[in-house]
Formats: sequence, structure tokens, C-alpha cells
Amino acid sequence: MTRDHILHRIRTALGRSAGQAVADPPPVRIRIAEVDREARVRSFTTRLEALAGKVYYVTTDAEARDLVASAIEGKTAVASNAPYLRECGITGIAGVETGITGRDELRERCAAAGVGITSADYALADTGSLVMLSTPREARLVSLLPPAHIAVVPVERLLTGLDELMSILPHPGDATSSMVLITGPSRTADIEQILVRGVHGPGQITVVLVG
Amino acid sequence: MSVEFDQKIHDTLADPKLQLAIYTSTARLKQNRINTVAAEVLPDYQELRSQANAIKKHSIENLDHYLEEFERNVTARGGKVVYCKDGTEVSDFVLTLAKERGARLIVKSKSMTTEEVDLNERLEHHGLESVETDLGEYILQLAHERPYHIVAPALHKTRYDVAEIFSQSLHVPNETVIENQTMLARRVLREKFLAADIGISGANFLVADSGAVVLIENEGNARLTTSAPKIHIAIAGIEKVIPRAQDLATFLKLLARSATGQLLSVYTSFLSGPRREGEIDGPDEFYVVLLDNGRTRLLPDKEKRQTLYCIRCGACLNTCPVYRKIGGHSFPWVYSGPIGAILTPQFMGVQHEPGLPFASSLCGACGEVCPVKIDIPKVLLDLRNEVQKAQTREKLNRWEKLAFRAFAWLMTHPRVYELAGRMAAAMAPSVDSRWISSVPPLMNLPPVRAWLSQRDLPPAPERSFREMWRQRR
Repeated sequence: MTRDHILHRIRTALGRSAGQAVADPPPVRIRIAEVDREARVRSFTTRLEALAGKVYYVTTDAEARDLVASAIEGKTAVASNAPYLRECGITGIAGVETGITGRDELRERCAAAGVGITSADYALADTGSLVMLSTPREARLVSLLPPAHIAVVPVERLLTGLDELMSILPHPGDATSSMVLITGPSRTADIEQILVRGVHGPGQITVVLVG
Repeated sequence: MSVEFDQKIHDTLADPKLQLAIYTSTARLKQNRINTVAAEVLPDYQELRSQANAIKKHSIENLDHYLEEFERNVTARGGKVVYCKDGTEVSDFVLTLAKERGARLIVKSKSMTTEEVDLNERLEHHGLESVETDLGEYILQLAHERPYHIVAPALHKTRYDVAEIFSQSLHVPNETVIENQTMLARRVLREKFLAADIGISGANFLVADSGAVVLIENEGNARLTTSAPKIHIAIAGIEKVIPRAQDLATFLKLLARSATGQLLSVYTSFLSGPRREGEIDGPDEFYVVLLDNGRTRLLPDKEKRQTLYCIRCGACLNTCPVYRKIGGHSFPWVYSGPIGAILTPQFMGVQHEPGLPFASSLCGACGEVCPVKIDIPKVLLDLRNEVQKAQTREKLNRWEKLAFRAFAWLMTHPRVYELAGRMAAAMAPSVDSRWISSVPPLMNLPPVRAWLSQRDLPPAPERSFREMWRQRR
């Protein structure tokens, strides 16, 4: 059997025996800086806007809803099942489809929609990233198939960066089959190193921080 | 050096369009990297490199342990791990699964590991359609070429080349605007994503404590490949395993910076198992193929096994004065540049292309930019040593050895050395700096001809240094 053959070859080469214990790996390197909320928002905004994303920081749910309503005017939109979007009243905006639980239906709707609206589990200030875990509340394709992605995120979910995320979620696989970090719009530079946005994923990304 | 290697190098050097493309692309990637690892923006860059090196060293030294842990955790999450020794076993696995599920269309995201085993060709040979979805890889698949660069596979293609490839393969009007070409590919490939039965990806990291595959990309094609079809197969080299998800805090900071000068690539996906109960989308089946394909051959040598630490960022290519002249397709296998020069001989055997470890100026730039601190120049020297040993065994270098023995004798006998110098000065007309070309029998010796094709042999001076030294007062 190939499995045993390969493992045997590895052990022979390394001078190890099956089931032999290993020394502790080098200690994990996690460094979390203390950064206050205003500075986190500033950093997140700078980083994402440098990548041609758009960031709004509003204080109330109603403002977030109005922002989203004007952003999607005249377009079709699919919203994820994130409870936070309902709390903000975003799922009630005219033209927003939500509550989809069937895979085929979701895929069809997302492929046809002009905008995908989601929340996010976390955001990372020092890179301008969204962190999205696939759950019954957040499907994968809402932030992927439509040409534009809007994420509405409570500001308290804004972490300093990757190190803080990995200390909060040391085992992301316990919670979901898919965690994705989204850092700016989809892009390519495969032809003559010329930057083009929106090659396979959304070419526009808008984040509304609320709180 | 083989005739083919030599010829490809000369062809590349003689093509000014290609020279410009390689030079500008690598220059940009190189500068982007420098901007994001500079001490002002990433003060702990060197510490991160050391940490990354230590983790990779530990993982490789205990590879069997971490592979088994990885396998246990993938299985616990409802996925399946399949070990394959070579390309035939990989394609057999995919073909059998495709047959069982009635699958016909496969979408693929970029993976150097599948390039190693020519997976697309093998699958298409058996009647499956296997489509590359990374824009650069898609262009190359249509053009039937292999990647020119680890992270910028089509860097040698201009917009005009792409226009020609698209109009011929896709029967569309000639389109030379890059944005429009990209959107055309988006439309064509979007249909493939939505119709595909199987998605095949590579893996940037395998995380042992989570049973997870980590994928890093900018376009979104890897996300689509792993989210839209009902079956996801990740194909990874066995050396990709790292112990803990938390180690990503180290590696993710290094990889995108070293590759393209981004803080993080646009999409980092952490995938463990098929979709869970209640999750609306994602694959129903999740497989990880662990490929050997020569990797276990690198393990016994404690020094050279560091080659397996490579995270495929391409930084060594962008900084290499040799790669930047001879380009990616001169190299004899899918891996090019300094990392290719140490990977290929170890995967395929040094005799595959004995000239490869010598295609380096040993300037050391590759080792300096490597985010996981692979001592590439040291491994190159070890491989040169191996090539020489093999050639001695085969008695291929008899003349070379004889010449060096004569040289050693000359250099250790000062009187003879001086006499030889005086004779050379007397024989050579000092006006012609290429005097040796006027001695046809010498020029016809292949080693002399090869040596002089790139160099001048300056005339011997009328008075040697020794003479001047003696007469200095």
C-alpha cells in the first residue's frame, strides 16, 4: 500500500520509528499590539482603501441601512442569513433577497445578483481584511459570485490583525469547514503585470463599520 | 550542460522582447517585495524568517508524525487522505473517482505540484475536461506551455500574444485591451465553475492540528474551485505540512510579501473537510492527495533536505541575475530559477541536467531573500560536488581532470610558471586582444570555443609582474 510505503521511506530516511514521539515544535510566535479602536478603524480604512476598497464608519444601524440602500439602488442584491443584517434592517431593503438555505438556489441567485451583502466574523485592522467563516448564517458564495461585495460589520469585531485572530481562533476548523480572509477586491496582474480588478471574485468591496 | 539547455539559453538571450518582459516583471516583483519587508514597515522580518525556518525544519525532521496527525484530523472532519507515489497514482485516483461519480468537467486552480505530474494532460487523455482557472495558467493551457515563473506563470506573454491565443482557441475577435481580455476569461471560466463536477486545487500549507488545507490567491479562482463543485480534491506535496494553525501567523506574513509585495494575498482560505451540517454551500466530498513524486529522496541528506522548506514564493527567481537573463523556459523542468536549480536535480537525479547546479553565479542573493532561509548557494555547491563525483565515476571528465592537474602542477612550480609566461608573451602578438582566434586548431577544441564564446583572452603582457617586481628599484 502506497501510504505505508511512503511513511516507511520517510521514517527510514529520517531515522525514526513508527509512533516515535516528537520534541515540542518551536513555540508559537504571536505578538498582539495594543491599538485603540480609533486607530484600528484608521488603519483598516487606510489599508483597504489603498487596495481600492471603500470603507464607511457609521454609529447607528439605521445609518448603515441607509448607506447600503443607496449603494445598491437599481441593482439586485443577495444578503446572507447573518442575524446582524436583519438587526440593521438591511434584509428589509427593497430588492434584497435573503433567507436562502438551498445550495442550488443560492448559487443561482448569487450568480445573477449585482451585489452580495454579508456581515463578517472579524476584520483585521493592520491588513484591511475581512474574516468570514462559512456557517448556516454565512454562505461562501455570497461574497464571491456577485461583482460587488458589501460587508456590514460591528466595529467591536475589528481586531488588530492576524495574530489576534489566531489567538482568538487557534483552531478555526473546529467552527467551520471554511475560513477565508478577504483582503481587497479580486485582482490579477497576469498579463504584462497590469492590475485588473474583479477577475473571478468581486471587483468592488465596500465595508461598513458600525458602532 | 546539455545541448538543449544551452540552446534554450541562447534563444532567450537573443530575444529582446522576452528579455524586456522578464526584466520588467521581475524588477517590479522584486521592488514590491523590498518595499514590504523593509525594517520600517516590518521590523521583525528577520525574526519571522528564523521562526519560519525553525518550524519547517522541525516539520520535515518529524514529517511522518505530522502527516499522520494531519490524516487523522482530515478523517475526523469527514475528509479523506490519499497517498500517491507519482503522477500515475494521482491520475488513477482522480479518474476512478470521476468515473464513480459520473464527473466530466474539472476546474483547477493553480498548483505547481500538479504541473510536476502533467495532471491536465493525463486527465484529458482519458476524456475528462480539465480547465485551468488562474488567468495566467488558463492562457498557458490554451497555448500548451508550462509556467514561466512560479507566481507569474505567463510573464513572458504580451497582450498581443494573449489576443492571438484567445482568438485562435476561443474563436473571438482580436482583443488587445488587457481589461477586456481579463473579463472575457472571467465570462468563459465562470460558466465552467458553475458547471464543474470536481474542483482540483493545490495547497500552500497543510495544517496538521486542524486537518486543513490553506490556499493563497488573488483572483478568487481557488475559492470558486473549492466552493462551487460538489467534490474538492487538494493535491499537495508531502512537505507542505506544518504543525499548528497558529504557525500561519508567521507564514502568512512572509509569503505574500515575498511573492508579490502584498501584506496578505486577496484570499487566504483555510479549508478543513467537506461542508458541515447546516452550511449552505461548499463541497460534499473533500480529498487530500499527498504526493511523494521524489520528495522522500531528499530526506536522508541533512543539509540538502532544507530544499523541502520552500513555500513557492518566487522571490529567488526575481532577484536572480541568471533567471533574469535566461528566463523560466530554459530550465529543464517546471521549477525554474535558483529553487529550480536545487529542486530539479534532487527530484530527477543530477544526471537529468548536469549543467543546472552550475547555472548560477553563486552571488548569494537567492539565499538572502528566501523567507524560510533556505541556504540555496550551499545546496548548489553540494550538488556541483555530486555532479563532479558522478562524472568521475562515469569517467566523463577525464580531460577536465587532467587539465586541472596540469594547472595545479604549473602553479606549484614557480620556475616553470615563469618560463611558460615568457613563452606565451613571445608567441602572442600583443596588438590583437583576441589573438587566440588566430590559432585555428586551438579554437576548434570544443571547451576552448565554448569558453571564448563569452570571453576574451587578453594578450600576455610584454613584461610579467615578476619581472617588474625584480626590476622595481
